[in-house]
Amino acid sequence: MNVTTTILEIRGLKARIAEDGTEILKGVDLTVNAGEVHAIMGPNGSGKSTLAHVLSGREGYEVTDGTVLYKGKDLLSMPPEMRAREGVFLSFQYPVEIPGVANTYFLRMALNAVRKHRGLPEVDAMDFLSLVEEKAALVEMEDALLSRNVNEGFSGGEKKRNEIFQMAVLDPTLAILDETDSGLDIDALRVVASGVNSLRSPERAMLLITHYQRLLNYITPDVIHVLSGGRIVRSGDKSLALLLEEKGYGWLEEEAAVGAGTAS
Amino acid sequence: MSSNEILSELTNQEYRHGFVTDVESEVFRPGLDEEIVAAISAKKKEPQWLLDWRLKAYRHWLGMTEPKWAKVSYPPIDYQAIRYYAAPKSTKDGPQSLADVDPELLRTYEKLGVPLEERAILAGVAVDAVFDSVSVATTFRESLAKVGVIFCSFSEAVHQHPDLVKKYLGSVVPYTDNFFATLNSAVFSDGSFCFVPKGVRCPMELSTYFRINQADTGQFERTLIVAEEGASVSYLEGCTAPKRDTNQLHAAVVELVALDDAKIKYSTVQNWYPGDKDGKGGIYNFVTKRGKCAGKRSKISWTQVETGSSITWKYPSCILLGDDSVGEFYSVALANNYQQADTGTKMIHIGKNTRSTIVSKGISAGHGQNTYRGGVSIAKSAIGARNYSQCDSLLLGDKCGAHTFPYLDVKTSTAQIEHEASTSKIGEDQLFYCRQRGLTNEDAVSLIVNGFARRVIRELPMEFAVEATKLLGVSLEGSVG
Repeated sequence: MNVTTTILEIRGLKARIAEDGTEILKGVDLTVNAGEVHAIMGPNGSGKSTLAHVLSGREGYEVTDGTVLYKGKDLLSMPPEMRAREGVFLSFQYPVEIPGVANTYFLRMALNAVRKHRGLPEVDAMDFLSLVEEKAALVEMEDALLSRNVNEGFSGGEKKRNEIFQMAVLDPTLAILDETDSGLDIDALRVVASGVNSLRSPERAMLLITHYQRLLNYITPDVIHVLSGGRIVRSGDKSLALLLEEKGYGWLEEEAAVGAGTAS
Repeated sequence: MSSNEILSELTNQEYRHGFVTDVESEVFRPGLDEEIVAAISAKKKEPQWLLDWRLKAYRHWLGMTEPKWAKVSYPPIDYQAIRYYAAPKSTKDGPQSLADVDPELLRTYEKLGVPLEERAILAGVAVDAVFDSVSVATTFRESLAKVGVIFCSFSEAVHQHPDLVKKYLGSVVPYTDNFFATLNSAVFSDGSFCFVPKGVRCPMELSTYFRINQADTGQFERTLIVAEEGASVSYLEGCTAPKRDTNQLHAAVVELVALDDAKIKYSTVQNWYPGDKDGKGGIYNFVTKRGKCAGKRSKISWTQVETGSSITWKYPSCILLGDDSVGEFYSVALANNYQQADTGTKMIHIGKNTRSTIVSKGISAGHGQNTYRGGVSIAKSAIGARNYSQCDSLLLGDKCGAHTFPYLDVKTSTAQIEHEASTSKIGEDQLFYCRQRGLTNEDAVSLIVNGFARRVIRELPMEFAVEATKLLGVSLEGSVG
């Protein structure tokens, strides 16, 4: 009998923008188990990116209600770097440039921070090099990109590949991919998706945040959720994505509005 | 007697030969007058010509006023409250080798991370360590001597190579140059002297560690480096001072002379005590550094990482006299807490086809104020001269400041000049990106700052680059978050 391990358990999560108090998440419930890939879809402004930011601990948001358990621990009380060391990885929608810092140098620092937290010795230069070579191949990263400064002068596709490459090296337990498909041409999308697919594993949970269905042509999620107006309004299998492709988000939003009206 | 009369009497009087100094102790009384100048000279058993030079400088200094144009502010300095000479006890005969050096002194160096022996043996670095005012240990001198390189304390050079010192002292920074340089000319106590003869590449990096130890002691060292035709040398200078509540004055002079085809590379990592979080204490670092590319195709390159001092006032410059000569200035200056840095360079193009490069990286944090002040002047004779300047500022937080004052004076239409400047803040998004990968806020700041400064750091010799990288991180501790 398989034992299911719950990686992420979100209950009644409400969050607002700290600056102006606008409530974005209005009660999100979500459970993701090890080995599962969940897609979160939804129209612009539905709260998808806010969810990614709140889960990774970005400043600028206030959680007003609800809980988030990660491997049974209170995720929201951890500072961002602690979440990262515990195995939460965010693939950024807009990866940040760090001028003058070599990509591999940065990654080695990150890897060692994670390893230290897990009680492992720092990785030595030779082992790191072979790890990097192995993982770079997954996303067809060219050697030149490894030695260049972090994301500096990278094309949109190169930045996204770099995110997946970092994810491969850091080996997270929970990977959150925020709009990884945005700004990618079809070839880059294929490469990134195959990288993600190769990182699927029974121990790892993934959360794919996407506006468009097209990413799901390449990565087949176990569950699809539709986030609308700060709530998950519908969950289903791959067929839900196709339905959305066909009908758009409008009908779900109407349904949600009606449902909310009835409830009140 | 009016103050003008006193001044004129003082500045015009001749040196009174043979006055007896009552200053016999290892630490002179505070204050500055001709007696003190003479006593310093006597302590060093200097020849008459050097004493005369000092006194000329002193008298000239009396008529000068402190420069006020720099963007720094500090309470008035009482030049009569400063002690102008301090020496460690055991200098009577001078140590002949490391074994002769006071072990207590050596331990201090080790705490500073300058293990003389290991550094010397493993890294092949010849260290001329200056402790307060007297050079206490010189290593590798013999192997340098084999190829004809002279590397010794300034005092020694005065005795052993008087002709060279006489020829070059003041040839780049004359004793009338500026308030602080003139003061230094009057009271300099020691420093380093380096002479690389024609055609010789100095076989190792030369290094001097300066350190201010005695309380209330100004340090006025003087360094002179001469590279003859076709010679080359790389010189490293590191500076550290212990914590004191009071401000200490440091007014050094460095002169470099490069003849035809000679190359001099001068690297500094300056970490004098910067004062505490509230701006109390710290070193006033008023330094004049200038190199003269006297010969054709000569090259002088300055690299500095300035993380310390409560006030930095420093403009390592190049006079590009020889045709096709090259001047370079690479600088990282960091101002945290209440530190103030006003630093930059002057590139003075006189010869034909002379080229200069300026790369300045200013980092401001806390209430720090960081000013880049640079001058590029191209004389009519400097046909085909070129300059490239890049000045970037990085701000951490919103209470600090970055200022850029580039001056240009071009007298020939054949010159090419490029200037680039940028100011950026460490972004929340950069910090978050690093933290999301597992780095702490402080590691993230250190990483971003070092990335920003990398273009300059990579100009440093290897072991200095490592030290500079650490220093940048340490100096910014607690500045964010």
